[in-house]
Amino acid sequence: MTEASLSHLWVYLSASPLMGLTMTLVAYSLALKLYEKGHKNALLHPVIVAIALLIVFLSVSNMSYKDYFEGGQFIHFLLGPATVALAIPLYQQFSKLKKNWLPISLAMVSGVVIGAISSIVIARFSGASLETLLSLAPKSVTVPIAMGISEKIGGLPSLTAVLVVVTGILGAIMGIKLFQVMKIKDDSVKGIAMGVTAHGIGTARSFQVSSEMGAFSGLAMALSAVLTALILPYLVTFLHWLELF
Amino acid sequence: MNFLHGITLLLIFQLIGEMTAILFDLPIPGPVIGMMLLFSVLLWRGRSSAPLDEVSSGLLSHLSLLFVPAGVGIMVYFDRIISEWLPIGLTLVFSTLMTMMSTAVVMLWVQKKLSKKELKHD
Repeated sequence: MTEASLSHLWVYLSASPLMGLTMTLVAYSLALKLYEKGHKNALLHPVIVAIALLIVFLSVSNMSYKDYFEGGQFIHFLLGPATVALAIPLYQQFSKLKKNWLPISLAMVSGVVIGAISSIVIARFSGASLETLLSLAPKSVTVPIAMGISEKIGGLPSLTAVLVVVTGILGAIMGIKLFQVMKIKDDSVKGIAMGVTAHGIGTARSFQVSSEMGAFSGLAMALSAVLTALILPYLVTFLHWLELF
Repeated sequence: MNFLHGITLLLIFQLIGEMTAILFDLPIPGPVIGMMLLFSVLLWRGRSSAPLDEVSSGLLSHLSLLFVPAGVGIMVYFDRIISEWLPIGLTLVFSTLMTMMSTAVVMLWVQKKLSKKELKHD
């Protein structure tokens, strides 16, 4: 094969969605293998490793994020049906939810409100720019929903997507430790706190602990997404009126 | 066949959700409305189905894979993240901890209050 035909092949491949799609799956499979080999060490979280591998691959091959996303979007798209699919574990845990509806709803409202206010206040007083501050506000909500909220309040939706993923990873890592320190044993409490804070990534981590924790986390992720979408635009206006930022 | 039935159902509910959000100009995202609709249907029917169970456990067991393409977008924002690393880092770590702790504490506190009340009633 000559150099010319190789570069021709490369031009073809990097323009086709096949490359981005395949590399995402390859990177994630490698990351999962590494995670299992590393005895599920939190720092080897498959999402971190897969993202790092893909960034290295894209920089080495000089492929732009836009070209990569041509393929990546097929996986990104599945976030929609996956959100709908949360109805099933939710339904399976419904009897537990019904018994506990008051503590769960109060916990979720406080988590959503404290999450939004704390992120705006900390960002403001540590000197974040306005765009970054607004992009950080919906950081605990699952990606497609957070992007919509970010756009609505004047943040940068794609920066929000990144911050949401980092929040999810941080929450999944810190959460398990935090629950040990706080001596929380009840899987339903752990699941709710995880889902409100660390959305789908926390939910994925919760399902590894138990299906009860996963279902509650999925429930909290879904309901807190709705709550945040309803509350955050008004909360931002209110904090702005208080001249907090 | 189960997988095909399952994913078709999920997409139909997502589609109804998206259409509802647009038609009624709702601030709630379409997939969340779809999820609430599917949940109501399951409650009304009183049981789930094999195709739905299969496709949901398939999708949800690899949920973290679905976040990878958005996460790779960090490369577009390297400059901003490097120049604002301190506020971004502080916000992410402390706000995440505060959110998680307050949610857990409130839930435990209300549960305790309620169980005390029940004891009194008995």
